[in-house]
Amino acid sequence: MSILEYFDLVISDYTLRTITFGTAALGAICGMLGSFAVLRKQSLLGDAISHAALPGIAIAFLITQTKDNNMLLFGALISGVIATYWIRGIVTRTHLKTDAALGIILSVFFGFGMLLLTYIQKQPNANQAGLDKYLFGQAATLVTKDVKMLLYVLGISLFILLLFWKELKVMLFDAEYTQTLGFNVKFLDLLITFCIVLAIVLGLQTVGVVLMSAMLLAPAAAARQWTDKLWVMLFLAAIFGIVAGVFGTAISATGDNLSTGPVIVLLAVGIVIFSFVFSPTRGLLMRHFRFKKNKKSFQQTKILLDLYRKNKSEEGEGIPLQVSNFPVRTMKELQDKGLVHIEDNAWQLTTDGITQAKNINL
Amino acid sequence: MTLPQIEIQLIAALVAITCAIPGVFLVLRKMSLISDAISHSILLGIVLGFFITQDLSSPLLIAMAAIAGVITVILVEAIQNTKLVKEDTAIGLVFPAMFSIGIILISQNANDVHLDVDAVLLGELAFAPFNRWYIGDMDMGPKALWVVGSILVVLVTLLILFFKELKISTFDPGLSAALGISPILMHYGLMTVSSVTIVGAFDAVGAILVVALMIVPAAGAYLLTTNLKKMLLLAIFFGLFSAISGYWAANLLNASISGSMATVLGIVFLLIYLFAPSKGLIANVYRDKRQKNEVMLLTFLLHLHQHSDKEERSVQHLNYHFSWSQKQAKKILKLAVDNGLIYVENPYVNLTEKGEKFNVEAINYILSNQTEKVERMKQDFLLFRG
Amino acid sequence: MAETKYAIRVHDLTVAYDYKPVLWDVHLEVPEGVLMAIVGPNGAGKSTLIKAMLGIKKSIAGTVEIFGQPYKKMRKEVAYVPQKGTVDWDFPTTVIDVVLMGTYGNLGWIKRPGKNERKAALEALEKVGMLPFKNRQISQLSGGQQQRVFLARALVQDASIYIMDEPFQGVDATTEVAIINILKELRKQNKTVVVVHHDLQTVPEYFDWVTFLNVKKIDTGPVKEAFNDENLAKTYGINYKVTVNQ
Repeated sequence: MSILEYFDLVISDYTLRTITFGTAALGAICGMLGSFAVLRKQSLLGDAISHAALPGIAIAFLITQTKDNNMLLFGALISGVIATYWIRGIVTRTHLKTDAALGIILSVFFGFGMLLLTYIQKQPNANQAGLDKYLFGQAATLVTKDVKMLLYVLGISLFILLLFWKELKVMLFDAEYTQTLGFNVKFLDLLITFCIVLAIVLGLQTVGVVLMSAMLLAPAAAARQWTDKLWVMLFLAAIFGIVAGVFGTAISATGDNLSTGPVIVLLAVGIVIFSFVFSPTRGLLMRHFRFKKNKKSFQQTKILLDLYRKNKSEEGEGIPLQVSNFPVRTMKELQDKGLVHIEDNAWQLTTDGITQAKNINL
Repeated sequence: MTLPQIEIQLIAALVAITCAIPGVFLVLRKMSLISDAISHSILLGIVLGFFITQDLSSPLLIAMAAIAGVITVILVEAIQNTKLVKEDTAIGLVFPAMFSIGIILISQNANDVHLDVDAVLLGELAFAPFNRWYIGDMDMGPKALWVVGSILVVLVTLLILFFKELKISTFDPGLSAALGISPILMHYGLMTVSSVTIVGAFDAVGAILVVALMIVPAAGAYLLTTNLKKMLLLAIFFGLFSAISGYWAANLLNASISGSMATVLGIVFLLIYLFAPSKGLIANVYRDKRQKNEVMLLTFLLHLHQHSDKEERSVQHLNYHFSWSQKQAKKILKLAVDNGLIYVENPYVNLTEKGEKFNVEAINYILSNQTEKVERMKQDFLLFRG
Repeated sequence: MAETKYAIRVHDLTVAYDYKPVLWDVHLEVPEGVLMAIVGPNGAGKSTLIKAMLGIKKSIAGTVEIFGQPYKKMRKEVAYVPQKGTVDWDFPTTVIDVVLMGTYGNLGWIKRPGKNERKAALEALEKVGMLPFKNRQISQLSGGQQQRVFLARALVQDASIYIMDEPFQGVDATTEVAIINILKELRKQNKTVVVVHHDLQTVPEYFDWVTFLNVKKIDTGPVKEAFNDENLAKTYGINYKVTVNQ
């Protein structure tokens, strides 16, 4: 099945439509909330939280013995929140730094989760099939109920963002100042942290524990390159998230034996690389051209000035003016502009050239 | 114990020690998460190496994986240098991308590559004894034992040879440069060593649990000591402990050995985090509380000292001035009375002679910025502390 | 005799980090309408003092009153200009957006800035000479321009008291003049301005009130009386002298 056939099917096939809606909603949520994570310099917090969700899923399964997705995600949410606060506890209460705290929590929680998962797998009669999907994600397992949940959360996060837009914006930029304006920064922080944890937990089924953090930060990192406005950044990040989610799911569904997570992540990272290179304001390509242009105009200016000084006074006597002593390329460019010409086998300024050199002199 | 059981424990122990050593330096250099990045990225190196050699036990795989690790570090730093994104975002972009390519390559060639996803995440410690090394017909023991063992020997040799350089460049990069020890060289040296270590441990414990073995023992040790040598020894000890007890716990539960090792490490860290004598959570909260009480007591005494007029010393005024909670106020008052620094003549509070003396000394020290002497004074004057 | 009206009264304030008291029993009264500099060596607790005034730092003892009321009630009367190094200037936002943030406090929760707020923001930008840059991304500003944007953000709050943390640090000459002009204009409007200041040489020229601080308050008063060698020596150490060209 090719991608085109897949999208033909999306229109007619109920299951595929469900999955597409689900991944689109997830992409939008991750893009928006990921922007907050990136701007708060908490890019890797997502990595720790998603790994930390695993034991929550396993424990929820052990307690309820059901594979009801919402139950499992509730377990994930709880262990995600515990992990978040433990990380903060380590950073504020000991002299270990954020990097160590994140590394400890993500690896230990994940290890504990894997211990539980392997334990569950070895249980006789355990109806454990399907817990594996949380490692790398399987969008195909999304059912109507999951998609509804995703849409609810999308709605709620949009509502929160719109309602508290200005408060969240000023807090992201300058938290202490926000406090002096009379806003409860702790409440805002709790709100946004909870939303981010929720987004991560919801993404586990589609993208998986291991790669969820990239889904959160790649669309945001790409969007940042195209704009200097916060709302545009969130909007673009949501679009990028949707594109990566929907196309990633399509490719993984049409391919053979492909987990969704890695495909979505590669698409998202592809968007990031494209943005890094081609962004019209910050992009590396633009930066390269600008650098070259600056260098070129600097060289031209320098030569115009040299020639002008020589013309004007005797102080430039020492500067050799033979044609061979000047960089051919630059002189050709100046000649094309009609600023210099060759006279007696030496470069001379034209009248236009003299006028321009005078202006530089100012 | 059967022979495979002993061999598994031996491998686990060697892996734990090997990881703990570079882990200490990563934690001290605040680069813990680089281990996370490397451990994921090397998967790509291993897969590509396999495509070239078609042999999962070829030494080329280790070399390719180590190169992938170093490339990760270089890529992360290159992205950081563009200043297009913040530092940790660079890490968060590089390793998921490389890991994803690795996973996709594995799943597309599932019939050829005998690496499954579980093995990538968890390693195959339980099977390690079955992958043996033969010279001619002679059984030399499990391959993993030799691989990890030789990495450990190299690591310990490097550690002993360059201990001083590592120490200086970690704690004082400026001084180290002045002494002619290139911090950049040490940095990339450490990154290479870490990559090789992770590659060696990857087979046994998988991508994510390598991070646990590197970071958690070192972090736990750092909460107990700041002496580098002691920290190294403690980290090695925690690693060893988790390897052995993790193995037996896994045996009992019939579950993943590496997952169990990480869990043991988690428990060890939790205990240290809570109970470490001076840097643990409980000690910290207790000290904070005491310090707060002591500073409150000092403030209270000073106020009495500075205001000799009765009104300022009435209970009512003091309540207004300090706006402390009833409970706190009572506690501070009791502390002051118990230590014989004040006496109460309702409704006024008066300083005793000892109280006056205490004040004069304390003010003197605080104003001359010798606050550490106030600490010593507290021991001289106060029988009961906060 | 009419009682002097105090804009800020700090009463026996003590603030501590861990066991170390950084501000000790500070008693300070700032009359309404003065331009006051807080000076003192590094680690003297200057920033801590203004943060305690603003309720950002918790105190162990003592009270802060704004026009005779607790700070919480009078928050809208106080505008804060933080050190410009405390925020990420690569944040995706524009100059006018940052200035509009100053109106958020008066708007309260949820309400958005409208036409009036925009007008006020533009006026504030005009005052600091940053109007032509209103749509500029903040990362493209020089240090001095960043400082002026922060100042505009405070001006837009239309407060009675302005508290600034080292506004002159690392700014160009144009900005320094612009800031001074604004300070003087604020004084004309009988506003009270408290500035943490580093450059002792300029104290007599820029300010009319001064507080010497080194953990304890050393002295406070009109510059003409309090800005003397004795106080300087007490604050900065015995042999400290500056040539004061008054």
